[in-house]
Amino acid sequence: MSNIIDLKLFELVEKIKKKEISSTEVTKAFIDRSQKSKKLNSYITENFENALQKAKQFDEKPDFNKKLPGIPLAVKDLFCTKNIRTTAGSKILENFIPTYESTVTQNILNEGGIIIGKLNCDEFAMGSSNETSFFGNVQNPISENLVPGGSSGGSSSALAAKLTPATIGTDTGGSIRQPASFTGTVGLKPTYGSCSRYGIVAFASSLDQAGPMTQNVKDCALMLEVISSYDNKDSTSVDFKRGQYLKDINENIKGKKIGIPKQYRVDGMAKEIEELWKKGMKIIEDNGGEIIEINLPNTNYALPTYYIVAPAEASSNLARYDGVKYGFRSKGENLIDMYEKTRSEGFGDEVKRRIMIGTYVLSSGYYDAYYLKAQKVRRLIKNDFDEAYKKVDAILTPSTPSSAFKIGEKTNDPVSMYLNDIFTVPINLAGLPAISIPAGHDKSGYPLGLQVIGKAFDEQNILNIAYSIEKNINFKNNINDWWIN
Amino acid sequence: MTIDLKTVKHISKLSRISIDDNKAKKLSDDLNSIFKFIEKLEELDTEKIEPLTSIAETNLKLRKDEIKSKNIREDILKNSPEDNKDFFVVPKVVE
Repeated sequence: MSNIIDLKLFELVEKIKKKEISSTEVTKAFIDRSQKSKKLNSYITENFENALQKAKQFDEKPDFNKKLPGIPLAVKDLFCTKNIRTTAGSKILENFIPTYESTVTQNILNEGGIIIGKLNCDEFAMGSSNETSFFGNVQNPISENLVPGGSSGGSSSALAAKLTPATIGTDTGGSIRQPASFTGTVGLKPTYGSCSRYGIVAFASSLDQAGPMTQNVKDCALMLEVISSYDNKDSTSVDFKRGQYLKDINENIKGKKIGIPKQYRVDGMAKEIEELWKKGMKIIEDNGGEIIEINLPNTNYALPTYYIVAPAEASSNLARYDGVKYGFRSKGENLIDMYEKTRSEGFGDEVKRRIMIGTYVLSSGYYDAYYLKAQKVRRLIKNDFDEAYKKVDAILTPSTPSSAFKIGEKTNDPVSMYLNDIFTVPINLAGLPAISIPAGHDKSGYPLGLQVIGKAFDEQNILNIAYSIEKNINFKNNINDWWIN
Repeated sequence: MTIDLKTVKHISKLSRISIDDNKAKKLSDDLNSIFKFIEKLEELDTEKIEPLTSIAETNLKLRKDEIKSKNIREDILKNSPEDNKDFFVVPKVVE
């Protein structure tokens, strides 16, 4: 039998159901590899002993009707997990142990999944390289000293290095799709309202969505089926009929109309990315799809809009970290002094920067000029997509304007870091689903991704298109285990 | 629009984040480059556009006002930074 860690998630599920392997064997295999891979710094908190116990319990009394029967999974440390430390990559939550479970992780547990640990991420999911985490940089398994993307950088690193058979991240402006693209893995941001936000440490509530990160498209469909649910604990959760995404996956894209937005041809984009995009278009045409040029005229305004809306919501969401009810507290001479010192010492530089941007754009005298203006432009961006979807079924773009960069390369210039998300941010602003799939390599051998964007609640369609592209591209990740001695 | 040191200090006060003078200069530079970037929105005429406040433009569902979690004082206080069985503790506020 092939190595357990090399099996796909859906294969592991089948083998456990057929009793060819046990949950304990699978759990041990991923824990063993995780223990040999500390150099990657993918984990913030390990839950290994507890996970092995759970696996043993599963094997003693297995339930093979579950979608993730005894499957071990590590998840981004932004999901509150009952009795397992949850830090959001921040010093201010360094010792926070939730007394409740997020809906998304509860869905995983309900389907038989076992949490083996909490994965590193940018502090409060604010970053595109995992370099803002209080718990240190994460290595990309593709090459030493390369960023794994962010903010779900621990997730992408652990997944590509096969420390977990699949994982989940969160995506506010590209935090699932960009790290997936940087590590040669698949990442899907569902439609806003598809996955409950209950128990996810909040960053920007009108943009945040949880989603799967996997080795391939079928695994992605399976994970989406598990985590997507209507939840009355999240007032923005949408009560729609969710698909049987894995069962209904289908590579037939005959007659599908796929839009190509000309505004995504940005200046200075690497030639390899332009070629990759053309390769994607050719695959669609070869398989009976139709390529149609579309217009998304306000694309250039998406990032500036995002950098008003997201910090504004963050400044409000992060007001709760005041050193009183939970989290880190610094000593102060009085109440106000205690607040100010707690927040100054407890938050890192990027988080402080964003809280301050948000506070400023919401402050008296500036609200109309910045925040209200941004909300109006957000409407224009959404209208662009509505207009485009009168002509096409889905949209194809590159996932990122470049491949993964070196650790430290962009830390001194916040704006150049923000530009990483140029192709992903508009989708969050419009609340749409989008999937990034690995589609090629650049000249250094680093992976590059293509993004398929869908209509709201049309996840099955983008999974099918991604599945068709995946089958035709036959992408292979070049990972040589350099971090294991 | 430039964000000078005085403005940085003002925002830091509003944000309840103390900033020392060394960091304030760097922060002012960073904020200026970010605001230069976001001021691109001024190019657009948005006078007749309705702001989009929420992507899920549906009516919020109503539910009965019922108590769902009882006797969770211990849970609520479990993570409080200053140990106390009954209350959250803060520095003295009233003289």
